[in-house]
Amino acid sequence: MSSFVSQFKAAASVKTADLRHRQVIRTALRSYEVVRDKRKAAFQSWESARQAAAETKWEAVNHLDTHLEALTAKLEARGTKVHWASNAAQAREIITQILRDKKARSIIKSKAMTSEEIHLNDALEAAGFTVVESDLGEFIVQLRHEPPYHIVFPSMHLTRGEIKDLFQKELGDAPSDSPEDLTMVARRVMRQKYLTADVGFTGANFAIAETGMISITENEGNARLTAALPKTMVTLLGIEKVLPKFADLALFLPMLATAGAGQPMTCYNTMYSGPRQPGEVDGPEEWHVVLLDNRRTELLADPEQRDALHCIRCGACLNVCPIFRNVGGHTYGTTYSGPVGSVITPHLRGLQDWKHLSNASSLCGACTEACPVKIDLHHHLLHNRRNASTNEPAFFERLSYQAFGLLANEPGLWWLAKKIGWLTQPLQKLVKGSALDPAKAWTKTRDLPPLPQETFKDWWKNRK
Amino acid sequence: MTVTLFIPCFIDAVYPRAGISMVEILERLGHRVECPGEAACCGQPPFNSGYWDEARPIAAKVLQQLATAEAVVIGSGSCGAMVKKFYPELFAGRPEAALAQAVASRTWEFSDFIASKLGVTELGAKFPHKVTFHDGCHGLRELGVKQSPRALMAKVQGLELVEMAEAETCCGFGGTFSAKFPMISTAMGDVKCASAIETGAEYIVSNDSSCLMHLQGLLTRQGKPLKTIHLAEVLNHR
Repeated sequence: MSSFVSQFKAAASVKTADLRHRQVIRTALRSYEVVRDKRKAAFQSWESARQAAAETKWEAVNHLDTHLEALTAKLEARGTKVHWASNAAQAREIITQILRDKKARSIIKSKAMTSEEIHLNDALEAAGFTVVESDLGEFIVQLRHEPPYHIVFPSMHLTRGEIKDLFQKELGDAPSDSPEDLTMVARRVMRQKYLTADVGFTGANFAIAETGMISITENEGNARLTAALPKTMVTLLGIEKVLPKFADLALFLPMLATAGAGQPMTCYNTMYSGPRQPGEVDGPEEWHVVLLDNRRTELLADPEQRDALHCIRCGACLNVCPIFRNVGGHTYGTTYSGPVGSVITPHLRGLQDWKHLSNASSLCGACTEACPVKIDLHHHLLHNRRNASTNEPAFFERLSYQAFGLLANEPGLWWLAKKIGWLTQPLQKLVKGSALDPAKAWTKTRDLPPLPQETFKDWWKNRK
Repeated sequence: MTVTLFIPCFIDAVYPRAGISMVEILERLGHRVECPGEAACCGQPPFNSGYWDEARPIAAKVLQQLATAEAVVIGSGSCGAMVKKFYPELFAGRPEAALAQAVASRTWEFSDFIASKLGVTELGAKFPHKVTFHDGCHGLRELGVKQSPRALMAKVQGLELVEMAEAETCCGFGGTFSAKFPMISTAMGDVKCASAIETGAEYIVSNDSSCLMHLQGLLTRQGKPLKTIHLAEVLNHR
């Protein structure tokens, strides 16, 4: 068993037994569900919107090369420096070099899951830079030295009381646990950081090929300050973020807000098209855009699962996933958790090491139903299982299915197996749930049903 | 018409009453029922675990047994989805592909066959109990069966249906998932049982025996009085 799967199982055992955790997540997601459904109902047809979004992303992803070239040309025409990073190490190197060239010491960041993906903060801190997260949720988890719990709500696992205690301990200031007071504490700390930061770092929600713009969506205004105050701006985004036309945002901005947070529109939506131009009074003097591949092109080469690149990182699939709701975001041990994380992590980080995430699903399909861009998520979990078993079958598991196939296809043996099952029931009861019980994975928490003496097939035969 | 009833392995070995009820209901409606003797399992355990090469011989046997059927009826949303939705994918590009498509197009989940294909909802059943209904995920999302069981239950005398909160959330069974990740499966089942208990129902009714086996296993272990029953047994109760 790989260490990743044993870590996953150990963490899942702890979290599923933690009823308080379950309650915190359920309460948070219940209020999300109410507003999400209200916003979905405001679309003339949510289903048509999903179809249109899926088709737009299909076009974007299937002509990714053309759109990326157009995007780059437009960005460069207005003085932006565009960098291409094949993998995480290259991306870290490019960004570190920019900071060194600018003789930077401190960096202020707005929310970017791609920076989590390449473990940027650790690399920058190791290189001697000071890094401050400015998204409130990210700021909170940074104070706790832990990764974001959820791709949209990084600190949803914490109660206001816990955040108050954290601020008291780490910042020495927390007058009450009211959201207003806590926000004011964070704001006071952050304003100082903005003024002293040498470089502002952002992610991106969309990149528009037609106009050469990066679209950033946020609720706190922190990304705007990150982009506006420091002299140098750095933006990191995955290559799949590109959309062909500016007009596509008319669908994608409300859709992302609705699916992600149950909002009609996110509070601040900003389109960045270049650094400060001659005659302009504000904005960064330099802007670097880093386009990250990091094995996305391998996913692009897989026609069956290519639609996983449609993902707009809204988190809707996490929110409806009964696995996520019970094991929580940190259990996955990945940057991208929940159903979409279970689908793409094997592609980004290796199938055999991460196939357990595809197995850790009841294939219920709630994710696919929720996905605004119609990624066939739960079927891709099945496809990952098939690919993993075909490439490296587990010896005993395959043997047991071969044996099962023999039983199922041979009526005499099938009958015998059922009779043996019926006859050995009393013996199974003696060892129920113990280490000796061959069915202990089931019987530790569940009773087995009593087997009838007369099976359906017996009844059918006797009746005739 | 002649109805070919494919009895899933669960119903055959563990819940024969559900299968017997399906036969009796279909015969009472005037149809001739056939049960192919040699098909035992649809092949989901290896298929859902990714062992498609091991699933194919099992599925091929089922296809062979159902090849000439006028209508195939399956008393489980999960096994129904396997035959109707996944057999064509499993056999894509293989010699059995055309047969898989043909059988899939004639396959129905039991409650959907009665209510949608036959257009019958009144079965003369009586079941004077308060119940809640659990939609198995495969029946619900792969086959889109949601209204048919409710239309049938609406005509059962004395039956009071109370929908549970988060009714469309998975119960946590998930086939081999329940044994590979029992802690997650159990937590999901506990959430489902709690929703069902909140309704004050005496029974959880479902068109999937496998979900019910999981839920009943938890309820019995925890000493909860709530019981589980297959929809066909409710519809055959007089």
